[in-house]
Amino acid sequence: MNHDYHKDISGCGLTGLISKKKRRVSGREIVKSLCLMTDRGNGLGAGYAAYGIYPEFKDCYALHVMYDDPEVRWSVEDHLKANYKVEKIEEIPTSPVKAIPISPLLMRYFVSPLKDKLAGETAADDFVVNTVMKVNSEIGGAYIFSSGKNMGAFKGVGNPSDIAEFFRIDEYEGWTWTAHTRFPTNTPGWWGGAHPFTLLDWSIVHNGEISSYGINKRYLEMYGYKLTLLTDTEAAAYMLDLLIRRHGLDISTACQALASPFWKAIDGMNEGERDALTALRQTYGSALLNGPFSILFGHGGGLVGINDRIKLRPLVAASKDDVVYMASEESAIRTICPSPDKVWAPRAAEPVIVEFE
Amino acid sequence: MLEINAAGLHYRALNERIREAAAKGEKEIRVKGVNGQYYIGAGLRGGAVITLEGTPGNDLAAFMDGPTIIIKANGQDNICNTMNAGKVVIDGNAGDVLGYGMRGGRLHVRGDVGYRVGIHMKGVKKQSPTIVVGGTAGDFFGEYMAGGVMILLGLNSKDGAPLAGDYLGTGMHGGAIYVRGEVDKKYCGAEVGITGLDDEDNAALKEALTEYCKDMNLPLDEIMKKPFKKLYPASLRPYGNLYAY
Repeated sequence: MNHDYHKDISGCGLTGLISKKKRRVSGREIVKSLCLMTDRGNGLGAGYAAYGIYPEFKDCYALHVMYDDPEVRWSVEDHLKANYKVEKIEEIPTSPVKAIPISPLLMRYFVSPLKDKLAGETAADDFVVNTVMKVNSEIGGAYIFSSGKNMGAFKGVGNPSDIAEFFRIDEYEGWTWTAHTRFPTNTPGWWGGAHPFTLLDWSIVHNGEISSYGINKRYLEMYGYKLTLLTDTEAAAYMLDLLIRRHGLDISTACQALASPFWKAIDGMNEGERDALTALRQTYGSALLNGPFSILFGHGGGLVGINDRIKLRPLVAASKDDVVYMASEESAIRTICPSPDKVWAPRAAEPVIVEFE
Repeated sequence: MLEINAAGLHYRALNERIREAAAKGEKEIRVKGVNGQYYIGAGLRGGAVITLEGTPGNDLAAFMDGPTIIIKANGQDNICNTMNAGKVVIDGNAGDVLGYGMRGGRLHVRGDVGYRVGIHMKGVKKQSPTIVVGGTAGDFFGEYMAGGVMILLGLNSKDGAPLAGDYLGTGMHGGAIYVRGEVDKKYCGAEVGITGLDDEDNAALKEALTEYCKDMNLPLDEIMKKPFKKLYPASLRPYGNLYAY
């Protein structure tokens, strides 16, 4: 037996920042933060999500689409043109990077649903979600991996620095950023499986594994979501859309559904709180994310960080002036913010909810 | 004294320089510009005193066997993983899973610590690790503890506020945890007993805290004034009958 082999000991890493004043920050910052954690990730996935990057198209949905086969592009575009007013079609700007010899065709579309398609109860957001689900599940080799307004995800197979160079992340400016370096454990390292996972404005980066994936998936399927990206984190992104946008839960309540207090803690609460949380757990038992996780989720109104209920993955937060930072490691924050006003370790299942001023 | 600038160095290069200096018999090493490098001082032997400026990465002092590492900032996760001898002094807070399987030496933290501190800590006869935390701790403090001493001081806590989180000492089957204040049984593992301190405990506590207070420049007498509680394993073999059916 060979005792001298070098085992790749690693894990995922994540980092994010938000300016509460909606001051736009260069992508250079988040790239520097993510690239500090070189002992996390193994080059099989990295990505970035940014908010506030498309001010000239801020009222359009920005669809980022990856095509395994360039031919597929035409069927997606036929579908888009039949259903949307398409303001702009362009390739997502990329730079050649030696370490990324192959990539899917990457396109982006700034679109608004055609008015006559929104008849009846169907709101624009639902219409876009339906498009994402339809394309991702029915058009082979095409994946819409970003579909929000004035935001976008950029991700692929590669190291954080290579993916950043490839997508020219330093050319974007956003008021919220999240970023992820991947160490795939149970699922393939492919372009669609890199983080962030997004739907509409929701974007998720995740360190850990969601052991309840099967339950969560079946629950989401009942509401029309189709999970096509072969990775557990996708379920968390759609769950936020379901709980917050469609069911109208506020963010902290949604977090209590995803990472519910244990029954023994609920039993010790006063009557009102106990009844409310009992009802929440009973209603959303299938939304509970089991297993270890630290998650950052960005949305149109802010940034949230949350851990599993016994903190099996790291999460550190810090603040300086109008900016709040969250990352797997304090050093990833300090490399872009050497002297924070405050540094703290969020408790298990206690979300850090940051909203704009 | 030797000074090393760690800015931009990967941990392998940094550790090589530290090891090289220690091998040459350098007694005092100051490392500037540390930020995020993992495994600093891992497996290092000898008696050097290494002072770090900046935030070191995970697994600091893993398997370390002798030296002293002083951190002038916060520490991250997994510090003193399976450490054998020596000392780590942290002037700020520190993260999760400190002292995992630690088998000797000392870890002194001025501030708060995260989850699972002292998990699987062990000790045999004279080989006994000690962790002293000046602030508070997260859940699972002393989980599966098999030996050694853990001390939780809560120096900046309000009276009556719990110093540790939930699942305190869960699975504990050796060693002792001393908590400066009251301990609520409902937050302890089923295997844990709670008692006052006897003379032997007081001697052990005083010895550990004398060194801690010297490192942190804190008044020992004042800290000792407040009564401590001792957590001990109620059974040495809590699961001895698990498979004896």
